[in-house]
Amino acid sequence: MFDVDAALAGAQRLFDAGHGVNVFKQFVIRKGHASDAELDAVFAGAAHVIEGSYATSPQEQMYVEPQAMMAWWRDGRCHIVGSMQCPFYVHKAMKVLLACGADDVEIAQSVTGGGFGGKEEYPSMIAAHVALLARKAGRAVKMVYDRDEDIAATTKRHPCWTRHRLAVDARGELCAIDIDVVMDGGAYLTLSPVVLSRGVLHAAGPYRCPVVRVRGRVVATNHPPHGAFRGFGAPQTTFAYERQIQKLARLRGEDALALRKRLALRAGDTTATGQLLGASVGTDEVFAAIESVAGRPPVRDGVNAHGAPVRRGRGVCFYFHGAGFTGSGEQRLAGRATVAVGRNGFEVRSSSTDIGQGAITIFTQIAAAALGVDPAHIAVVDPTTSRVPDSGPTVASRTCMVVGAVIDRAARVLRRRLEAWGAERGTSGPLVELARAYAAEPCAELAETATYEPPPGIAWDDATYTGAAYPVYGWAACLVDVEIDLDTCEARVLRCVQAVDVGKAINPAIVRGQIEGGTLQALGWALLENVVYRDGKVANANMTNCIVPTFADAPELETLLVEVPYPFGPSGAKGVGEIPMDGPAAAVANAVEDALGVAFDELPISPEAIAATRPRWRLP
Amino acid sequence: MTAYLRPRDLDEALAARAAHPDWMVLAGATDLMVNANHRAAPTGILDLWRLAPICFVRAADGEIAIGAGATWLEVERDAAVCTHLAPLAAAAREIGALQIQARATLGGNVGTSSPVGDSLPVLLALDAELEVASVRGRRRVPYREWCTGYRTTRLAADELIVAAHLPLPGPTTRTVWRKVGTRRAQSISKVMGAAAITLDGDVVIDARVALGAIADRPVRIAAVEAAVRGQRLADAAHAARAAVGPAIQPIDDVRSTASYRREVAENLVARFFHGMMQRADR
Amino acid sequence: MKLAFEVNGERRTVETSPWKRLLDVLREDLRLTGTKEGCGEGECGACTVELDGEVVNSCLVAAGQCDGRRIVTVEGLARGGVLHAVQRQLVACGGAQCGICTPGIAVCAAHVVDRGLIAGCDDATARAKIRDLLAGNICRCTGYQLIVDAVIAAAREVAPGTEGAR
Repeated sequence: MFDVDAALAGAQRLFDAGHGVNVFKQFVIRKGHASDAELDAVFAGAAHVIEGSYATSPQEQMYVEPQAMMAWWRDGRCHIVGSMQCPFYVHKAMKVLLACGADDVEIAQSVTGGGFGGKEEYPSMIAAHVALLARKAGRAVKMVYDRDEDIAATTKRHPCWTRHRLAVDARGELCAIDIDVVMDGGAYLTLSPVVLSRGVLHAAGPYRCPVVRVRGRVVATNHPPHGAFRGFGAPQTTFAYERQIQKLARLRGEDALALRKRLALRAGDTTATGQLLGASVGTDEVFAAIESVAGRPPVRDGVNAHGAPVRRGRGVCFYFHGAGFTGSGEQRLAGRATVAVGRNGFEVRSSSTDIGQGAITIFTQIAAAALGVDPAHIAVVDPTTSRVPDSGPTVASRTCMVVGAVIDRAARVLRRRLEAWGAERGTSGPLVELARAYAAEPCAELAETATYEPPPGIAWDDATYTGAAYPVYGWAACLVDVEIDLDTCEARVLRCVQAVDVGKAINPAIVRGQIEGGTLQALGWALLENVVYRDGKVANANMTNCIVPTFADAPELETLLVEVPYPFGPSGAKGVGEIPMDGPAAAVANAVEDALGVAFDELPISPEAIAATRPRWRLP
Repeated sequence: MTAYLRPRDLDEALAARAAHPDWMVLAGATDLMVNANHRAAPTGILDLWRLAPICFVRAADGEIAIGAGATWLEVERDAAVCTHLAPLAAAAREIGALQIQARATLGGNVGTSSPVGDSLPVLLALDAELEVASVRGRRRVPYREWCTGYRTTRLAADELIVAAHLPLPGPTTRTVWRKVGTRRAQSISKVMGAAAITLDGDVVIDARVALGAIADRPVRIAAVEAAVRGQRLADAAHAARAAVGPAIQPIDDVRSTASYRREVAENLVARFFHGMMQRADR
Repeated sequence: MKLAFEVNGERRTVETSPWKRLLDVLREDLRLTGTKEGCGEGECGACTVELDGEVVNSCLVAAGQCDGRRIVTVEGLARGGVLHAVQRQLVACGGAQCGICTPGIAVCAAHVVDRGLIAGCDDATARAKIRDLLAGNICRCTGYQLIVDAVIAAAREVAPGTEGAR
């Protein structure tokens, strides 16, 4: 059973936990109406209703280092080292698998060659295999997946189908939004419920609307399981709402950017879950940034180097992404981090992994700033479970914003404690000297562990799905110019500009790297990436056919860092890891529509998909 | 244990080929070594990489001869190839990326004879002739007769490919090439086409038109060639487009669809003639 | 078979199967683990090394073919403890994230810079050429932008066609 409609119709019963046959999880969001009848009445009274169905494809993370893990046993204790995002996720799984205590299994992260969500949950699986094999064999066992195994077996982005209805009044204001989201979870539960949650929480978009209904379901099929991938459900629903908004702009003949600016959420507005937006809403700053560089749209028609006629178009989109765990997730996690006086300065201990996103550098900068010392005196220790507190997983754009803030607080307290110790002894001087003096004393380790504290006024109701879905949002706008070869129907991105409100770019090069990497993954998803399933198996399980963009496919990327500080992030920083993934696909679709006059509501917008619309193109 | 021989000259290579027809003939190895760590080791390896007598690109006597061991990097950097056989240089630049071009050889492309071999439609359009050798002697095979089916050729079990001989196109012959791959570089072809078109003013005197990735082997499209002969370029473009469809058998696979391949093949062939019309205008 | 070849300027000998991948000889026999495997099919370029002065995918080279040849891996780019200009600029520009593709990119980019393959080009042409020349190296983290910046910066440091980068 490979079709979500068949699964929902109960063609076979794979799963039933009370949400409906084959429904792993369902969420409903209601805003501004008490019943379906009330919602229907708003639609009935609307000046225009825009209806659309949108489909997005599965996507392979394609970290360049495949999954790899090694285990060995010594004195009855299991040691595991490998490529992973979340050592304590593996730790938790091994405690259950091995029926052992927390101290009987130790998880260490090896330098990890990319994750993007693909090494969030799957490493527990391969860790289980090596742990058991190592126990049986009485020797160290290492497993390294070949690329074909990795593509065939590990979790990918959920394919998703979204039906979206938009009710608009005569002045062009949104009166109501009604959305139905269905994701294909595959054969096992995985993180599907949480992915779906983020998908539905972003589904209504960053737009003012008094009446919203969102229903989301993730469905069991016989596909390989889908799971975490950068954006985590939001890219799927963002594609749908930004296509809808584009259709509204066309309907009204209104400038695409101006319309979005007119409808966008700002401080004082409420989201679909009724969250009152306060600080750090970068809407106006993001629009101003994109307008400052937009310039003229590309010349419509031309001829390319192959002598083929081309047609060009421009697309924009506006979007947001909640940073950190959903709802009360961060409170439940209660992430901890420690800053301690080390032998040669200071140590930062957290379970956040560096998977290329720069966690070590950022934590070093945050601790150094809070302590008032040179970064050279900071050592971020390896996130081995026996040596660090559980800071929560390295996911959800939370490492810098959430764990970084905990480190910032711990460092400030440690600084006061160390200074107080120095004052007691009558020693002053630079903090590093105090630290060296302390380390030379035969006294107990001086360490400060801090725990996440939610910002004041944050309240979330899991039962009604209302309240503050996220402590804060990042805001972004994207502009894409495309050129379509009319002989081959290949769409090429000529220009891609992203303006992203990151709160504060603690390290601008790292932030740029995050935005540009996420942007290209999004452009790839929009145009050329796909996982082809045949009879429930991946039919293109190799890098030859499961392609991602090369240097030559990538356009020059223009990145505009917008800084509207978040009072509870370190130096004002907000999450940035995921947001760039959400928007560009819709901007590409909007640009291709602008070029050819045909709507593109499914991903990927492959040459084959474009060619199939040729009879409907509206060319001069 | 796998035997290994790196012959010093062609005679030694041919003798080894005759003595060990089961050995793997390896040059750049870019195809045969894919996932090599998971495949059974061959009985023996006959390594032709950098075998001097087959590593050359030579322009003489109205032709350019390219040794089977010449890499695509050597082909694309050869001044005579770039001047006289521009489509071959262009195809060479689109084979894999730099790392592949530095190793993959003309002999490998011709010997493997994949339906998506990037140089093969060009060899058809340029009317190449292959030179093969064995201990029994040398012979030449017109490339248009080389491919006998899906990855099968006229190469005998004791033969090695020595070179391809490409006649220089005459002054009134224009050559063109286009590859449509899965992405802009390091890609497998969905469709590719090459043509050599001889003109008298804007009238097509003769044309060789070849397509790749649309059948089990690279193919000359005789119907197109017949349809355009004697036509003005504008009419030839229309005639060519109409003649492509019935002559090819593209398939659906994980990389593309039959209908897309068909449509693009038609567009490419029509553009070859149409594009020449624009060039004739200038 | 007994394999004798030059790796990073040193003569090395290895007893190995001629069918073994150069990649495995480097990583397992010589413990030069800087060279990475991302796919084993010549698609990702993480295993790129220089072989007799050209860049190749070491997963697609049979050990037997390396006898008597000259190989440079990422470990051979730095000289006398000084990183190659390309390596320095990858660090300075933020051109590396997770690092798995970085050795292959460093070897390929150093080749491009040292051979002067973008010498004398204006900035836009040089950027386009870099994108073409490095298209065999997949990076999933960076979007490539900061890597292109790094290669441009390294090329500016190095006199074209010389070994000055080392």
